[in-house]
Amino acid sequence: MSRTEQIVSGLARRQRAEKRFRLYGLIAIVLGMSFLLLLFGSIVTNGYKAFTQTYIELPIYFNPEVIDPGGEHDPQTLFSADYWKLVKTAMYQKFPQVSGRKERRELARMISEGSAYELRDQVLENPGLIGTTRHIWVVADDDIDMLMKGYIDREVPEDERRLNDRVIGYVDDLREAGVIERQFNTTFFTAGDSREPEQAGILGALTGSFLTLIITLLLSFPIGVAAAIYLEEFAPRNRFIDLIEININNLAAVPSIIFGLLGLAIFINWFGMPRSTAIVGGLVLALMTLPTIIIASRVSIQAVPPSIKEAALGVGASRMQAMFHHVLPIAMPGMLTGTIIGMARALGETAPLLMIGMVAFIVEPPSGFTDPATALPVQIFLWSDSPERGFTERTSAAILVLLAFLIAMNAAAVYLREKVTKRF
Amino acid sequence: MLRQARDANATRLNSLPEYFGMLGAIWAGAPALLVYFVWLAFEGDILMAQVLEMLPDADSMAATQELLIGDIRNAIENPISYRIASEEVRMAADRYRELSQTATLALTATCLSVFAVCSALALKFMTPRIRARAQVEKIIRGFLLLCSMLAIFITIGIVLSVLFEASRFFQIVSVTEFLFGLDWSPQMAIREDQVGSSGAFGAVPLFVGTLLISFIAMLVAAPVGLMSAIYLSEYAPSKVRAAVKPLLEILAGVPTVVYGFFAAIVVGPALRGFGQSVGLDVASESALAAGFVMGIMIIPFVSSISDDVITAVPQAMRDGSLAMGATHSETMRRVILPAALPGIIGGLLLAISRAIGETMIVVMAAGLSANLTANPLEAVTTVTVQIVTLLVGDQEFDSPKTLAAFALGLALFFITLALNFIALYVVRKYREQYE
Repeated sequence: MSRTEQIVSGLARRQRAEKRFRLYGLIAIVLGMSFLLLLFGSIVTNGYKAFTQTYIELPIYFNPEVIDPGGEHDPQTLFSADYWKLVKTAMYQKFPQVSGRKERRELARMISEGSAYELRDQVLENPGLIGTTRHIWVVADDDIDMLMKGYIDREVPEDERRLNDRVIGYVDDLREAGVIERQFNTTFFTAGDSREPEQAGILGALTGSFLTLIITLLLSFPIGVAAAIYLEEFAPRNRFIDLIEININNLAAVPSIIFGLLGLAIFINWFGMPRSTAIVGGLVLALMTLPTIIIASRVSIQAVPPSIKEAALGVGASRMQAMFHHVLPIAMPGMLTGTIIGMARALGETAPLLMIGMVAFIVEPPSGFTDPATALPVQIFLWSDSPERGFTERTSAAILVLLAFLIAMNAAAVYLREKVTKRF
Repeated sequence: MLRQARDANATRLNSLPEYFGMLGAIWAGAPALLVYFVWLAFEGDILMAQVLEMLPDADSMAATQELLIGDIRNAIENPISYRIASEEVRMAADRYRELSQTATLALTATCLSVFAVCSALALKFMTPRIRARAQVEKIIRGFLLLCSMLAIFITIGIVLSVLFEASRFFQIVSVTEFLFGLDWSPQMAIREDQVGSSGAFGAVPLFVGTLLISFIAMLVAAPVGLMSAIYLSEYAPSKVRAAVKPLLEILAGVPTVVYGFFAAIVVGPALRGFGQSVGLDVASESALAAGFVMGIMIIPFVSSISDDVITAVPQAMRDGSLAMGATHSETMRRVILPAALPGIIGGLLLAISRAIGETMIVVMAAGLSANLTANPLEAVTTVTVQIVTLLVGDQEFDSPKTLAAFALGLALFFITLALNFIALYVVRKYREQYE
């Protein structure tokens, strides 16, 4: 066989190998994309229903004898009155045929206990309601909510279900009368954490995240930019500066949980800063984000053509003036891009916050940097641990909110990088 | 001529006027600010010491002094704790409040007078001949240097804080027991007087669990990441590349807590169900589920590093191979990959260090109890999971249970540090080869 024939006979095999290799690459891409799809798909399908919530319309009679026996509209009395009784009474009237103790308790438990506070707030705001009857949409209990959303299977034997046949019958009656329906879930955006899924919201966690990120931004942005300026412009080339650079590169790869240990040992135990607060969380995240910002800022200073600086120096500016007046403004969009990406990372970070105790059960949204707070990812972590189906749904919804923030931040970063950054 | 005329004029300024302003502000303001911050840093401790001295039987309560301080602090900050606090604590809290009010007044007065004195001095010494710009720039430069040195301080802070607590741990538990012991059950050591209170702090099961999960993660991430990088850089049309690359990078931007939820809610149960259908017993918190999801998280990391490394291989090598009649895949496997191998290995090492340090996925999807096994279908625990479980909740800083977390943190820090060092060294060596 001649040389040519040898080569030709091998060609088919080699081309098959080529095709196979190409196919592997394609499979890898498809796998990666399908993981992405699976991840987002499962979270969206789990979570989108949490943006609605089941409400029941009840004719509530604001019975003066129950909530305002004295009749003087005293806010103190009105505040501590038994509004739950109003809800119960309305519910019993809706189903006059139900009489047994147990059955009546089941009836009352179809309504969220939070609705009593809702009524209280309405009365406090408008005492004129007392003595009148109003049709009010009150929040249903999370089990009813789950039934309305189709998560409770009616085919399952009664004793393995969270709701028995009687209660399901009540719900069907309400549905026929058109007084039970799913409406937009405002509680989710206006409430803090709660033990009851139907009363739980993300406002507290969002506020905590926001306060934490403010601290992080205020610390890490100026310090990061200053460090980048020094290293790019003023640092002499010596061992010490090498050490700084090695340190920055290594810090960028240190696991985030280690920063949590640092925060716990130094800020909380040594400096005696308050645990579980936004200020400590912000400090820890600032230390964690700093390397990212320094590295991004250095890259963006390097991207400014030296001719700009040289022109400034040529007309007599000092190096500091050339830097701050000419180079820095051009490099700024790039630095901001890096900062936004760093902030987005900090927003999604959970582990270091667990270390410094931002995992407490906190109902009231924090009102300052030194209030006990939690953060959105930590709230997701806390809820994901809860066994109730209602919390699984809310966890996914909170994740969707978190992802929406991250996408917005990254979009802003991309916009800055593509549109505002000057290219030379 | 003109110049001489101006020089003759004694009011010629050395620098632009604004620099004199800045210098004046620094001279006048900096000392006062320094006083303010130093006082703020120590205020709590000084006042508390005063209050404790005032308490009649403070000495006898020395053992519980920390508790007492905690009570007083609570009473100061929280009206409800104030109401339920004991008589002494209330007295102390009142005294603290009084003192702190006086202190605030005194601080204001001190700062203002320091400011006034410094301003007067600044006025006195500020002359047109002073080299204001040079001085201001020197100060700014010092500030910039300080900022860049922060990276060193952070590293020192990490090492010291972890090392200090870990050394306290190693006074109780020997290093060899920690590093080579096969039994990990820290939960036993709650109280000193309990039977068997020593607990067991052999970290081998944790290291094995961490390695197992990281290994599974790399089994997913390395082939998928590498092959997709190859496909994107060599085969994909530029449009596909432009669409797929950012999509893959989304995976890197998803918070780890989301992956953890995904692993615990979707992948774990799915694997368990699949196992049941083929007759395998899969734990609901199996290493496989956690490792698999961690692998998904690392895919973009591997693929972007591999992409960088592959595109860094000189085009001439590619062209040479193709010109000899090799197919694309032959070029890739026989020429480019061998040339890029050090870089790819460095990237994989970085990815492994990521996997080892990853916390939320394993906290949410891996087990809690230490289990020395290499079976991916069973539940294992990892170093990071144990750090979290040991430190979340109530902490006593003298129990080996809490301190053990810092020892684990120390191990974690040095392992990831070593991996990063090796990886960065390998990558840099590789780059130098082609530059």
